[in-house]
Amino acid sequence: MADKKIGCYICTGCGIGDALDIAALEVVAKKEQKIPVVKNHAMLCGAEGLALIQKDMTGEGVNALVIAACSPREQGEAFRFDTRIMDRVSLRELVVWVHEQADQKDADTFEEDRNMAAGDYLTMGCMRVKKMNAPEPFQDPGFSKDILVVGGGVSGLTAAREIAKAGYKAILVEKSDALGGHVAGMHQVSASKPPYRDPQPNPIGQLIAEVEGFKSIEVIRNGDIINTAGAPGLFDVTIKTPSGDENRRVGALVVATGFKPYDPAKLGHLGHGSSPDVITGLEFEAMAKAGKIVRKSDGQPAKRVAFALCAGQRDAAHLEYCSSACCIASMKQARYVQDAYADGSAYVIFQEIRTPGQMEDFYRGAQDAGTVFIKGDIQKVATGSGGLDLEVKDKLLRSTETLQVDLLVLATGMEPNLDTQDPNVPAPVKPGPETSHTTLNLQYRQGPSLPNLKYGFADSHFICFPYETRRTGIYVAGPARRPMGIAAAMTDASGAALKAIQAVESVARGAAVHPRAGDLSYPSFRVEACTQCKRCTEECPFGAINEDDKGNPLFNPTRCRRCGTCMGACPQKIISFANYSVDMIGSMVKEVTMPEEDDEKPRVLVFCCENDAYPALDMAARNRTPLSTYVRVIPLRCMGSMSLVWIADAMSSGWDGVLLMGCRHGDDYQCHNVRGSALAEIRLSKVSETLKTLQLESARVRMIEVNIMDANVVVDKINQFVEDLSELGPNPFKEF
Amino acid sequence: MTSGNAAHKTILVVGGGISGLTAALEAAEVGYEVILVEKNPYLGGRVAQHHKYFPKLCSPTCGLEINFQRIRNNPRVTFHTLTEVEKVEGSAGNYQVRLRRNPRYVNDKCTACGDCAKACEVEIANPFNFGLGKLKAIHNSHDMAFPNRFVMDAEFAKTDAAKKLVAVCPVGAIEPDMQPQMVDLTVGAVIWATGWQPYDAAKIRPYGFGSNANVTTNMRFERMSSAYGPTGGKIQRPSDGQAPASVAFIQCAGSRDHNYLPFCSRICCLASMKQATYVREQYPDAQVTLFYIDLRAMDRYEAFQKKIEADPKVEWVKSKPARIEENPANKNPIVIGEDTLTGVRYRREFDLVVLATGMEPNAALQPVPAANVPTDDYGFVVNDGGGIIAVGCAAGPLDVAGAVQSGTAAALKAIQALAQVKG
Repeated sequence: MADKKIGCYICTGCGIGDALDIAALEVVAKKEQKIPVVKNHAMLCGAEGLALIQKDMTGEGVNALVIAACSPREQGEAFRFDTRIMDRVSLRELVVWVHEQADQKDADTFEEDRNMAAGDYLTMGCMRVKKMNAPEPFQDPGFSKDILVVGGGVSGLTAAREIAKAGYKAILVEKSDALGGHVAGMHQVSASKPPYRDPQPNPIGQLIAEVEGFKSIEVIRNGDIINTAGAPGLFDVTIKTPSGDENRRVGALVVATGFKPYDPAKLGHLGHGSSPDVITGLEFEAMAKAGKIVRKSDGQPAKRVAFALCAGQRDAAHLEYCSSACCIASMKQARYVQDAYADGSAYVIFQEIRTPGQMEDFYRGAQDAGTVFIKGDIQKVATGSGGLDLEVKDKLLRSTETLQVDLLVLATGMEPNLDTQDPNVPAPVKPGPETSHTTLNLQYRQGPSLPNLKYGFADSHFICFPYETRRTGIYVAGPARRPMGIAAAMTDASGAALKAIQAVESVARGAAVHPRAGDLSYPSFRVEACTQCKRCTEECPFGAINEDDKGNPLFNPTRCRRCGTCMGACPQKIISFANYSVDMIGSMVKEVTMPEEDDEKPRVLVFCCENDAYPALDMAARNRTPLSTYVRVIPLRCMGSMSLVWIADAMSSGWDGVLLMGCRHGDDYQCHNVRGSALAEIRLSKVSETLKTLQLESARVRMIEVNIMDANVVVDKINQFVEDLSELGPNPFKEF
Repeated sequence: MTSGNAAHKTILVVGGGISGLTAALEAAEVGYEVILVEKNPYLGGRVAQHHKYFPKLCSPTCGLEINFQRIRNNPRVTFHTLTEVEKVEGSAGNYQVRLRRNPRYVNDKCTACGDCAKACEVEIANPFNFGLGKLKAIHNSHDMAFPNRFVMDAEFAKTDAAKKLVAVCPVGAIEPDMQPQMVDLTVGAVIWATGWQPYDAAKIRPYGFGSNANVTTNMRFERMSSAYGPTGGKIQRPSDGQAPASVAFIQCAGSRDHNYLPFCSRICCLASMKQATYVREQYPDAQVTLFYIDLRAMDRYEAFQKKIEADPKVEWVKSKPARIEENPANKNPIVIGEDTLTGVRYRREFDLVVLATGMEPNAALQPVPAANVPTDDYGFVVNDGGGIIAVGCAAGPLDVAGAVQSGTAAALKAIQALAQVKG
């Protein structure tokens, strides 16, 4: 681009002009920061104010903007200009609103302090824009928009069909020689349309036919993925087939490898193994599909069938969780008995009936069809003269009875049919085909498998953004992600298909996907200065960075989510974004003038997460909660991008203390980049050494976890820190 | 206003709750133009009113903030608050839609400086808090409202007091004369994401909501627990403001019942377990009792149930209470019923009772204004493969993760509807 010409625009509306010395601010921008164009306006976000900026951009060649007005979280639509170089200085929220009235100090000092705060924020905004370059989107002529779907069961088939229907090419890889997965072996399915009461014909045949009918779907049967290299847009996948290896370049993956039924051999307490007439739900489906609901022991009609729910589930000795689909599946299977035999009887022995939503009507349908529901436990299974004798303790009748049945069907649960790895355990340093054989064999520094969330199911940011995983462009759908029934798996597969399409389209634009969707920046690595410490490759929450043989980082821009964790990790400062760098924030920190020690005006720097702590501060500002005038706040992309260099910069340039405000971490973490705040805390544990070399107290640096709704708490904690620092006295480096 | 040339490539999303927000953003991030309309003055829907999510016990605002950032950063999403859909005609790829934009009485110049609210002397019952507590007749809907823009109460707008506020605004944003506007546009697909409202607990007469002050509902309890709610986060008895020593949660209050809502609302068991943690956190000595039919903590939520079960001060009673009386002496609700596990009849007094009321689909109360959009007996919209796609709790009761999945899938269905038109 042409030379950068910065324009600085100061809004005087919303009380800014009344509270602050605008002429002094203009001096800061013009004289101190040498910004060529500096103007103010009474309502910058109004048509006239925006036109003023636009006019300078078209007429004066202004192509980089410092807008000193309200919080960057406000008026985003208004301040949308044709430049990628802009900073918003929050004079309204961070200066005027949190410093609305003088308390304890006399009015003159308060006004002076408030103006100093405004000047410092403007100084930092100008410095930020001076250090900012326009990001250029990453492009590669080899980008593919094809999508690989792993698994040919109902989830994978649905994903492939939905991808094709949206106009994209899908490559469906199925490990066996047949499509349809577990559902192909089922007689009927439950109801997903009104009146929701009765089982419905199995749609799998039609779904397979549809998939096979699409020219834009390539089906590879007997396919085994032996290598997944590359990155979104550029995945190179090797599929081993009986007729040789197939290589495909794809843009994204949908992983729909489904579930494994829990091993019934572990359910001896429910009679499995002691009689052939104790079978699993899937075995019963096969019987019903074949039209032969009979005792396996002697081939006689099985007219009395009991269904044991939660077989090996919700049980610390087996699967701890609920597989969520079994109640409905067993009710459906009970109907097979009644359909097959006019005098058939079905008993469902349950702990809790879980038929959420409109499936309550499916429960009613089962009750109306004559299914007997018993809340209780099967205490003993024995082979009797006329079949199986079940000793059932009925919790509602408070009695134990023997129930004679021909078959006992165990509702065994779902285990993910996918290898996952603990994201907190260090992965093999060198990825390669020699590492253990996994579902995808990912060529990732952080290991060949997808990260685990819990119980072996694939990781996801599972309340607000369930499709977001730590492997960009790879979306897990169906019961490999979470136990679920057929209808839920089909919806889930459609969602995952959308995410895969979105990934390939974002890659094509050179833009990031969630949570910084649309961000065009990405880090560059000055590898010649790298010391092979591997912190960046280990800490990247998304596995974006591989290593070469020497331990140098091999960066995959399209895997990157732009959180900056690598930048914060690097002790050599070799990782920078065009618009975000260690030098940029460090320069901002150093540019602020420190008052003389005698002035008794301490300076406290707050680094906060822009996603949670910063909005909490904005909310405090909306409520005019008073914040110490000695505080200066710098929002970061994520606490993971926090560099210890900035703390050293702050301390050596005379700041009295540094406070870090990140998100909650641990099992119920809230960091949108998974581990940013946790990593910042780990880094901080090493900061006392840095401080020691400067002969400073470690209490000058503190980190707190903040929730976005902690507006009042945030202000209290900052003010408390300022007070605690006063006990330490001023930073002795002020003198230098 | 009519839309531009690329009409058939635009997706209309109706409803700005978590399902609609998700559908809109997921489609826009693929590269499609999206218009999002919301009837409230703010986006975020029901989740914005929640104090915490189960099972992480984190704030819904955290995820909403990311979604709002996504909107701010994406020029492909246009949104209109206080807007409803009057009618939809046409077919997939070519829908003519009429929107009704209700007046905010505050125009786009508003900077949310707050001068008007400071000057306003009239207060109204706070709609965001279900009428609990007061706020100024010109106000910001709630502390984290997006867009951050004030709104004037429609009744107040007719008064002289409203007209006097016009001069208070430094940027001329207040317009008490603002009228509703009709806007016609053409879109290619419509995503119906109108969500749910809490079932009216007053209809469950045996439980005495409305007459017994200390019988409240789960959504009101959610607001009461929020630091930004009507009590500043203090859980208290509505009758006297006292801290409750015993709190009962009554599951399936109006749900799974042919007299009220025959279906299961899916989330109420977990919501009550979550709310039990609010009580136990605030009052370490308080006793919580949960009356239930079946505990529905599906898949890994089982671990959340186990966590609550480990609390010795949480008692579980398998029973659907028959009725609730009031002790006239202390206004304590008395819960009456039979424990189905022991067969013992009980008559138990609590300081506070929370009814776990279910989800009533908004589409049952305000049907989709288009021909041939099927619904089930409960008013949930049934997806039949057309270009009007129901999503989230407009189609059935879901938790937040389920609503997000559904919203993401709906974005794909909408894109397919547009792709078909392109041929």
